[in-house]
Amino acid sequence: MSTAVLFDNVSRHFGAVRAVDGVNLEIAEGEFFAMLGPSGSGKTTCLRLMAGFEQPTGGHIEIFGETAEGVPPYRRSVNTVFQDYALFPHLSILDNVAYGLMVKGVGREERRKAAEDALAMVKLPNYGSRRPGQLSGGQRQRVALARALVNKPKVLLLDEPLGALDLKLREQMQEELKTLQKSLGITFVFVTHDQGEALSMADRIAVFNDGRIQQLGSPEEVYKQPKTRFVADFVGSSNVLPAKLCQKLGVRSAYASLRPEAIALSAPGEGALSLNGTVSAHSFLGAVNRVVVDVDGARIAVASPAALAVPKVGSPVTISFAAHELHPMEDA
Amino acid sequence: MTAVTENIVLPDRRGPAGRLSDFFWKHPHVLLTVLLAPPLLWLGVVYVGSLFALLLQSFFSIDDFSGLINYEFTFATYRQLLSETNLDIILRTVSMAAIVTIASALIAFPIAYYAARYAQGKWKVLFYLGVMLPLWSSYLVKIYAWKLILAKEGIVTWFLGKLHLQWLLDAWLSLPVVGGNSLSVSYTGTFIVFVYVWLPFMILPIQAALERVPGNLIEASSDLGGTPAQTFRHVLFPLALPGIVAGSIFTFSLTLGDYIIPQIIGSSRLFIGQAVYAQQGTAGNIPLAAAFTVVPIVIMGAYLFVAKRMGAFDAL
Amino acid sequence: MRSERNRSPLGLKIAAAAGLAFMHVPILLIFLYAFTTEEKSYQFPPPGLTTQWFAVAWNRPDVWAALTLSVKVASIATAVALVLGTLCAAAVSQTRFFGRETISLLVILPIALPGIITGIALRSAFSMAEIPFSFWTIVLGHATFCIVVVYNNAVARFRRISGSLIEASMDLGADGFQTFRYIILPNIGTALLAGGMLAFALSFDEVIVTTFTAGQQSTLPIWMLEELIRPRQRPVTNVVAMIVVLVTFLPILGAYYLTRDGDQIAGAGK
Repeated sequence: MSTAVLFDNVSRHFGAVRAVDGVNLEIAEGEFFAMLGPSGSGKTTCLRLMAGFEQPTGGHIEIFGETAEGVPPYRRSVNTVFQDYALFPHLSILDNVAYGLMVKGVGREERRKAAEDALAMVKLPNYGSRRPGQLSGGQRQRVALARALVNKPKVLLLDEPLGALDLKLREQMQEELKTLQKSLGITFVFVTHDQGEALSMADRIAVFNDGRIQQLGSPEEVYKQPKTRFVADFVGSSNVLPAKLCQKLGVRSAYASLRPEAIALSAPGEGALSLNGTVSAHSFLGAVNRVVVDVDGARIAVASPAALAVPKVGSPVTISFAAHELHPMEDA
Repeated sequence: MTAVTENIVLPDRRGPAGRLSDFFWKHPHVLLTVLLAPPLLWLGVVYVGSLFALLLQSFFSIDDFSGLINYEFTFATYRQLLSETNLDIILRTVSMAAIVTIASALIAFPIAYYAARYAQGKWKVLFYLGVMLPLWSSYLVKIYAWKLILAKEGIVTWFLGKLHLQWLLDAWLSLPVVGGNSLSVSYTGTFIVFVYVWLPFMILPIQAALERVPGNLIEASSDLGGTPAQTFRHVLFPLALPGIVAGSIFTFSLTLGDYIIPQIIGSSRLFIGQAVYAQQGTAGNIPLAAAFTVVPIVIMGAYLFVAKRMGAFDAL
Repeated sequence: MRSERNRSPLGLKIAAAAGLAFMHVPILLIFLYAFTTEEKSYQFPPPGLTTQWFAVAWNRPDVWAALTLSVKVASIATAVALVLGTLCAAAVSQTRFFGRETISLLVILPIALPGIITGIALRSAFSMAEIPFSFWTIVLGHATFCIVVVYNNAVARFRRISGSLIEASMDLGADGFQTFRYIILPNIGTALLAGGMLAFALSFDEVIVTTFTAGQQSTLPIWMLEELIRPRQRPVTNVVAMIVVLVTFLPILGAYYLTRDGDQIAGAGK
């Protein structure tokens, strides 16, 4: 398997603003790769660097081994699904989908056939004669996908592709995208600020903050073993144990993460660690109760199965967890 | 599906056009220069250049004996500009501009308010076109129409005669300053035509400003116990003010520079525009004509400065 | 709160209606006067009605000459303004650069300054450069203030084309020229047409700058102006005035229908 996209110490500075700052990453061919982070974290700029809309101010980019700097977007075999879909309002759906082939000089019949096939692939056959304005958000999203895929790109870039859809449609599209990616074998790179989306769809995730990659790994790694405090906060909602508690528990590093669902509100069993505190708040979340326990001034969230009784606010409790659930973190 | 290459970097298929496109993509500043060069050469160099050349002339003077321009830097022309006759002209023009502006605002406000807040659907279109058509109809034809209306034998005299109010017109025309032989040779006539011709320029920005006032703001005010008059004074008027100021920029500036309306409908006393025209034409005194043009520029410069501070440009 | 909105105070209704009447009655009167039998004065009501003046005006070579010149000037000035205005709008809206505010100001200047200043400035520039007054000096003068109308319309439309449309086109393999031809042009086309129509109407009607940049030739407005100052055959002027009104209404209505969904025609830019 070869490398699809390679970022070697890539930076993109806008004046004093470091949108992307020394990013290294390697995306494998056929991978479903997610770039996750809050807005302004540099993930979208990275996508635009891959598409060619932005040029790096430092570092080196390769796509399938070829240097990408200085290559205009229209000369890259890379296509994008835009956040607002960017369908051409003056063209029919069929002409939208066939646009990429048209500007490349493909004959009329051939490109019509290809566009119809692409529309069928995204489950919108017979929509070709309509205008973008006549379609729903979800349908437009599919057209945008077909318009990009008809060009058979080596890498497909998706910029918050599901952001504008409602919850149900989003879940359905997540599945479809995943299936489509597996059947086409094209490298997908997608940008999102929704950690749930990234975790459920991606093969690997890069978590961005302040123009840098905080952590790069499989969804499970990123979720269970956040390397930094930011990742722990942003992906799910891990508890970050301060130095004082780490010392108490015999952990060497300054901070450690602990997932709420790994903690039990009971006396420790064999080989488990425990802490004593008082309940400071709780709320009902359906399947679980979220109980916040104050341990020496640190607030630790516990996800307790809803079937168990919830202790009163102010009452003393003991929380316990297996030692391997405690993950030391690199820094704050 | 052909046209798909194995390479990531697609080859150039378009020859010179493709290469030129690549060049512009790599050097966006060159593209910008190419786009801007023709308009900037014309507007920035020729047009602004001739404006400066004109202003420069105001610092020269005219030789009284030969009638030729004396190309030496002097303030003599400005001294001449501030003579009593010329100051009279300036004062007359500025006061006319001021009352024309006030009258336009008064007439424009109800139209703009109705169009912005009450007119809907078909009526909205009708109001819009009802303002746009007079705005864009021929300036000279509009003046000509008033020449017909204000003539001694015209419709105004006829109408007042029918109402047995002829004496009212005669009484008005016998007044000093605003009166005259007939309406078409009086300041009153000049005033009416100015208001008429510039009115659409006042309506549009006021309407634009009022469109931006959310309807629920007015409901909120009356909900809080404001009477319609209070709502107007404390909510509507302050919000419409930038629009009024924006409109007044047009009415003021256009009145200051116009020389055709007072020439066709008005008394023999001059306005700035006419003075400029006369100085550069028959009198051949370009420096004084140039100095006269500085007056509206300075007044409008100051006006725009104040207007900008009031946020009037957002309503344009 | 729809019912609330629809109820307008009676006083406001009357004031608005009176204001609109004030704007339209004078123009309607022009139509009446075109049919009057009275030759020597502006008598109201007209003593009788006739259509004979249309025939008289039709056979006047000076009217035809002025009309032809006006149409020629307006067409070429519009073409020049279309090119220059579109170039400016494209540069201002597609790229961020230092000084774009200055460009906007520069484009608006010829219309913001009183026409007489533009007129004299151009006149003295022409005479300094020893360019004789001709058809082309009129065209240049008109193009100068027509640019703004095209510019305003084009900028408004450019703003509505989201940046991602152009990026999408490039992303799909279209180079700069293809993107212009297939994406930008179809999207700004109607705005350019509307701007061009308005520029034509503006030029067709212009008199102040023209008096300074024209030599011996007279455009239709110059012809009208002379008739206003020294009337020769009043009924012919009446007929010409009515035709001018009708001719200028067409581009305005056309421009309105082309731009009604979305941006307003840049009327305040007149």
